[in-house]
Amino acid sequence: MSLTYEDVIAKYEPVLGLEVHVELNTNSKMFCGCSTIFGGEPNTQTCPVCLGMPGALPVVNEKAIESSILIGLALNCSITPFSRFSRKNYFYPDMPKNFQISQYDEPICVNGYLDVEIDTDEGIKKFRVEIERVHMEEDTGKSLHVGGATGRIHGADYSLLDYNRAGIPLVEIVTKIVPGTGKYAPEVAKAYVAELRDILRSLGVSDVRMEQGSLRCDANVSLRLIGAETLGTRSETKNVNSLRSVERAVRGEMIRHAELLNKGERVVQETRHFQEESGLTRSGRSKEQAEDYRYFPEPDLVPVAPDAAWIETLRATLPEQPTLRRKRLQSEWSVPDKEMAAMINADALDIVEATVNLGADPTRARGWWLGEISRIANEQGVTISDLKISPTDVAQIVALVAQGDLTDKLARQVVEGVIAGEGTPASVIESRGLKVVSDESALMAAIERAIAAQPETAEKIRNGHIPAAGALIGAVMKETKGQADAARVRELLLTHLGQPSD
Amino acid sequence: MITRAAHEMSAAMASGEISSVELTQAHLDRITSVDAQVHAFLYVDTEGALAQAQSVDDARARGESVGPLAGVPLALKDVMAQQGIPTTAGSKILEGWRPPYDATVVSKLKAAGVVILGKTNMDEFAMGSSTENSAYGPTHNPWDLTRIPGGSGGGSSASLAAFEAPLAIGTDTGGSIRQPAAVTGTVGVKPTYGGVSRYGLIAFSSSLDQAGPCARTVLDTALLHEVIAGHDVHDATSIDAPVPQVVRAAREGSVKGMKIGVVKELNGDGYQAGVRSRFEESLELLAKAGAEIVEVSCPNFEYALAAYYLIAPSECSSNLARFDAMRYGIRVGDEDGASAESVMNLTREVGFGREVKRRIILGTYALSSGYFDAYYGSAQKVRTLIMQDFNKAFTSADVLVSPTCPTTAFKIGEKANDPLAMYLNDIATIPVNMAGIGGMSLPCGLAPEDGLPVGFQVMAPAMQDQRMYSVGAALEASLLSQWGAPLLSQIPALVGAK
Repeated sequence: MSLTYEDVIAKYEPVLGLEVHVELNTNSKMFCGCSTIFGGEPNTQTCPVCLGMPGALPVVNEKAIESSILIGLALNCSITPFSRFSRKNYFYPDMPKNFQISQYDEPICVNGYLDVEIDTDEGIKKFRVEIERVHMEEDTGKSLHVGGATGRIHGADYSLLDYNRAGIPLVEIVTKIVPGTGKYAPEVAKAYVAELRDILRSLGVSDVRMEQGSLRCDANVSLRLIGAETLGTRSETKNVNSLRSVERAVRGEMIRHAELLNKGERVVQETRHFQEESGLTRSGRSKEQAEDYRYFPEPDLVPVAPDAAWIETLRATLPEQPTLRRKRLQSEWSVPDKEMAAMINADALDIVEATVNLGADPTRARGWWLGEISRIANEQGVTISDLKISPTDVAQIVALVAQGDLTDKLARQVVEGVIAGEGTPASVIESRGLKVVSDESALMAAIERAIAAQPETAEKIRNGHIPAAGALIGAVMKETKGQADAARVRELLLTHLGQPSD
Repeated sequence: MITRAAHEMSAAMASGEISSVELTQAHLDRITSVDAQVHAFLYVDTEGALAQAQSVDDARARGESVGPLAGVPLALKDVMAQQGIPTTAGSKILEGWRPPYDATVVSKLKAAGVVILGKTNMDEFAMGSSTENSAYGPTHNPWDLTRIPGGSGGGSSASLAAFEAPLAIGTDTGGSIRQPAAVTGTVGVKPTYGGVSRYGLIAFSSSLDQAGPCARTVLDTALLHEVIAGHDVHDATSIDAPVPQVVRAAREGSVKGMKIGVVKELNGDGYQAGVRSRFEESLELLAKAGAEIVEVSCPNFEYALAAYYLIAPSECSSNLARFDAMRYGIRVGDEDGASAESVMNLTREVGFGREVKRRIILGTYALSSGYFDAYYGSAQKVRTLIMQDFNKAFTSADVLVSPTCPTTAFKIGEKANDPLAMYLNDIATIPVNMAGIGGMSLPCGLAPEDGLPVGFQVMAPAMQDQRMYSVGAALEASLLSQWGAPLLSQIPALVGAK
């Protein structure tokens, strides 16, 4: 009999711990000059250093240090004046040296925090997630195990190794334990990863693409009886590849732990793998017997000792924190909460802001990006930033509508043309002939023809039946191929037939 | 010609007396005639050597200016990666591996026009003091073929003593340049740690390894030192500072006004009588040449050997983890159904020799959780104490001196089954590596009781390598005027040699 989430939180308090691995977007790898571009042919982005050839030596990528410091500063950490790399020794075929160079007991950033907010039935709730450390390490290669049932090394027929990823700079951000989230633990976990992702993106240090693995989250979860002091045994869930999965994984683990505990069984301390399809986790490597990685200081590298003045220079370049920026923009643009949330979900904040910065009205700019443009993006199965329309184009279209040079209907055609690659709004208007007909004598001639064609309708209007005007306006619009300003047509028609036009 | 010093060969080429191709061919012929007995070389690159010699001759013919060692042949210790040339580090596990890149030292040698004759024998992964640990059989000391040529760089030093090459590259982790130099009557220098790039040097113990020059004279050693030294962006531990002026110091060879400190702890009990007497005579010669001889004490040196045998194995246990059959070298047991783990195990079982396994096991143990502080941690503290001993000693002396080894060359097989006795051979050389400073060994005569060469060690503070060359050149000149001819002129002729 499986438990409901409500059963779980009535009895237990969850304690979280989150480890996020971020692939930095430096041009070259952590310890050599090889390219870091994603998706290259296997083993084409390698050299003696990242292949662990005999005699080859690592040299630290200065840019990776800079990115790590920026991350630490953005997470309110102290930057340690002296940090070191160590070797983590274990044998695995995708690790060329059979040790990983990683910061161990002397990380580059320590003791920070990140505040996250979640929207609940009880209103907005704020949680502080304390950061224990931010440290640098190198990624491993990738193994592809062919044959066998599990896709894992045991039981496979053979394995293929790709070392393109070996040596990509990674930053690991580790939280302290996060108690006190209660029933909101899954949402807090998701909000933390989302906020962290936004910060990393605003710093420009990583592509933060969870689906490509450039941001990976390991979620540690344990339960204890409400009111208990001692922590329960934790499980560590890996392979959590989306924000939604973070939430599902935490929730799922809480239920699984509670079921075990209720049956009087114990939770095994182990790595678990999240299954996207089922939302469940399956057992991985047991951590009951702590592996001995025989850490010792990496003798091939010298300590990292960033200059205090350099740290301050970097601090001065920190961008506005995403939460604060969102609040500021929401108030500047007077956006209702729901629509703000929609804009954030659509990842449209940057592009709308850019459009507004080019002079467009915020409401109009938002309307275009989240309306027509998002609709086309959805149709094409891409994101709005993938389309061939820029904030400059949208700002121009907004201006043309405001000046009366385009109607909304015409503007939609312009948007479509720009996205179709027909050029700037001006050239689409030119080539498609979309200019508003503003020549009033031409409009009057069209109105006369419409009245002549439908004399009974005209008569109704003359008798004060205003709603009948729609048919004549429609006829004029049809004749002008929609390029007339319908409001102006209405005005002229009603005046002509002796009726008030407003 | 092949018995001359490298700088004399260079002069002979400059004057047109001989071409580099002729000089190289003469050395290749010598190797052909004597190396079956000496076994200094694991691989001879006849074609590559002659091609490099030809290109130097061509450059000279075009009137281009070439470096002071251009066209001079050299023997390269097989621990340095050379592109396309078999490189084994004396181990079976790397049999057949041809590196896809050049070590920085090799690039510098090539750029300087030095002719690389081939790769020399060594103790497997530079672990040993006799070259008996080579997977490819021992090297024999040209002074007495039944004796060891020292190690780990026995091949390099033996090639010099056998006149198979006038220059050689060695590497020194605990004495692997200086001890072979001492027991073969040649010169060898371990530069300051970080003075010569380690990029491409197959690591034994990263914090101790240092490549250096070997030759038959102090000046030749200095010339080679200048070719290979200098900052390298590919080695994070390489020192970004000008190379000490070692050639100038070797040419001047002056010790006037220098204070030379004799390390009390590196003499006396346990040192062979003939070693001590030759050492004492050398001190007298240096005093006559104008140096002031003082005694210094380095009380923590007695812990150096024990600490070394924790640090070096610890680092080696990690450095040698990469030899797993996945990417290069031999692969054993790769049959249907064999797991990666079993292939790794079998390959390492077959590919590594006894001494290497011994040290991997020692190091794995010393780094284990729960033992780390007691072993690796304590050893690092000893290392600091040794540095402090040196620092203090260098406040009262410009250089420190000692015999390089407690004894002359021992018999092949004599200590093969007694690792501790073997390790003790490096008692006087290890402190230098632990402190990261420079050390030189040069010949100071033959021990009367066995007629074998004795080495004199000079130690200088970090990045003051030129001081070793001042002292070495001064002592060499005094000894030469006493002997009338270089020590190596007394070496017994090898059977079959021309």
